Amino acid sequence: MKSEHSMPTVTSASTRLIKKQKHNPERKGRYIVTTCALLIIIATAAIMIFLTQKGLQSFIGNGLSPLEFLTSANWHPISSGNGEPSYGALSFIFGSFAVTILAAIIAAPLGIGAAIFMTEIAPSWGKKVFQPIIELLVGIPSVVYGFIGLSVLVPFLRSSFGGLGFGLLAGMIVLAIMILPTVTSIATDTLHSLPKGLRDASAAIGATRWQTISRILIPAAMPGLLTAVVLGMARAFGEALAVQMVIGNATSIPNSLTEPAATLTTIITLNMGHTTFGSLENNVLWSLALILLLMSLLFIILIRFLSSRRKYE
Amino acid sequence: MIATQEKEVFDIRELNLWYDTNHALKDIDFPIHEKEVTAIIGPSGCGKSTFIKTLNVMNRTVPGVRIQGEINYRGKNILRPKTDLVELRKQVGMVFQQATPFPKSIYENVAYGPKIHGVHKKSKLNEIVENSLKGVALWEEVKDRLHAPALGLSGGQQQRLCIARALATEPDTILMDEPTSALDPISTMKIEELILELKQKYTIVIVTHNMQQAARVSDKTAFFLMGELIELDETKMLFSNPSDQRTEDYITGRFG
Ligand SMILES: Nc1ncnc2c1ncn2[C@@H]1O[C@H](COP(=O)(O)OP(=O)(O)OP(=O)(O)O)[C@@H](O)[C@H]1O
Ligand SMILES: [Mg+2]
Repeated sequence: MKSEHSMPTVTSASTRLIKKQKHNPERKGRYIVTTCALLIIIATAAIMIFLTQKGLQSFIGNGLSPLEFLTSANWHPISSGNGEPSYGALSFIFGSFAVTILAAIIAAPLGIGAAIFMTEIAPSWGKKVFQPIIELLVGIPSVVYGFIGLSVLVPFLRSSFGGLGFGLLAGMIVLAIMILPTVTSIATDTLHSLPKGLRDASAAIGATRWQTISRILIPAAMPGLLTAVVLGMARAFGEALAVQMVIGNATSIPNSLTEPAATLTTIITLNMGHTTFGSLENNVLWSLALILLLMSLLFIILIRFLSSRRKYE
Repeated sequence: MIATQEKEVFDIRELNLWYDTNHALKDIDFPIHEKEVTAIIGPSGCGKSTFIKTLNVMNRTVPGVRIQGEINYRGKNILRPKTDLVELRKQVGMVFQQATPFPKSIYENVAYGPKIHGVHKKSKLNEIVENSLKGVALWEEVKDRLHAPALGLSGGQQQRLCIARALATEPDTILMDEPTSALDPISTMKIEELILELKQKYTIVIVTHNMQQAARVSDKTAFFLMGELIELDETKMLFSNPSDQRTEDYITGRFG
């Protein structure tokens, strides 16, 4: 009797609940998240369109030759004396690539080495020591890196190598330290995600720990390790402030690591304040920014490609 | 126990093992004879894996582990700190429950052990790879794609590859910890046939949860319970006429 009585109540209560859910929070929730997603897509698209349009302005609107822009190292945005102003960005393209690649050359072995140490050599305490260090390094704002570079590293380089101390060498060291946590943490995650059985299987065949690391684990983790380095490079390529403080900001291609140089980002930050919006001087900065955008797309494609090559997951 | 004239490969005396305070192996005395298949059965957590891993000293690096007693392998106590583990593991191969091919080619998987142990001549490596794969009846299936990734093989093929990989270092003993528990019946049957084949040349110790499997492939069977070796006997004897009540209870399915 009792159950017969309670049954319909339950049913109607739950139908009501389902109806209500369907009509109210269900839809509202969907609208909210769809709006969020749309906003992000619109914002991204707007930035890309704006940047592309502004970036092409100097070529289309002002008639600057793209070839000259990309291949000349002659940067004289303000007509000096007799000559026409010239806008060759090669020095900065070179500077950006040089400082990024050099930083990666330092940070990749250090970061991957630290990751191997943490996961393979001292898994019990290595992580406890390194994790806080990495988090700390990530948390330090880039202006602080730049400031330390400026007040400690640059004078040190000046006294050891001569010259001004400002230059690619200072830039690459500061950037290497800045991207080290990115490389280390992603490399660590990659090594952690390898099947644990690999280590035992290799040891059971008689491999030493180092043989296991070098012949099994590193090759198995290679796509992930490369992703770590590429992500670090993407960060280095886009970093402006810290680099600007130590690189010296010379507008010509340096002859050595200890000579001042400049990068795409540093030239933009240095010049965006005092050029008039709409002028050619200002438009070429947008063209530099467009190169940065294309490079970050390239980094993304590279990372996509690498993650498709992952052996486990 | 059984009196035999056969040569002992392992002679284990009063083996005790603790994981911190967990006494996982208790006073184990265990002879293992040449060219026999010894099966180890017992309920989950009784120490089967722990025991078999001690035979090639795989668990010495586990944090908090303590091992006492003797494991004499061909007359030498391998629990001594100065044991050459590289050499031991060349002699005593191991196959795990989960097939763990390296993310390399089929060829490189098999050649890995010989290379580690100093074989570099291409022709010699080719020969070892071919023989090892033939030894596990995988050669015909993979000979045309030796350089394809091993991870592309089926589960059963992967496990046979892992056995081939163990054979490639020319061991005299192969330890197998539940080698078929992740496989389908047909792959399982192939591995069981393989074990019967391999025992002509190798000493085999196999942990299994499957008592029919133990009965099918092994000469001797050992029953473990809560870290103790309860009974070790000819497989036929142990299953038909166990001398310990606890063995009987286990094999008749009264617990475990
Ligand atoms: N690495 C380890 N660290 C600590 N304790 C462990 C470790 N490996 C096993 N043990 C413990 O030792 C005991 C025996 O475990 P073992 O893995 O040898 O059992 P098993 O008989 O192989 O079980 P199963 O049939 O489930 O594989 C268990 O109590 C287990 O919890
Ligand atoms: Mg086990």
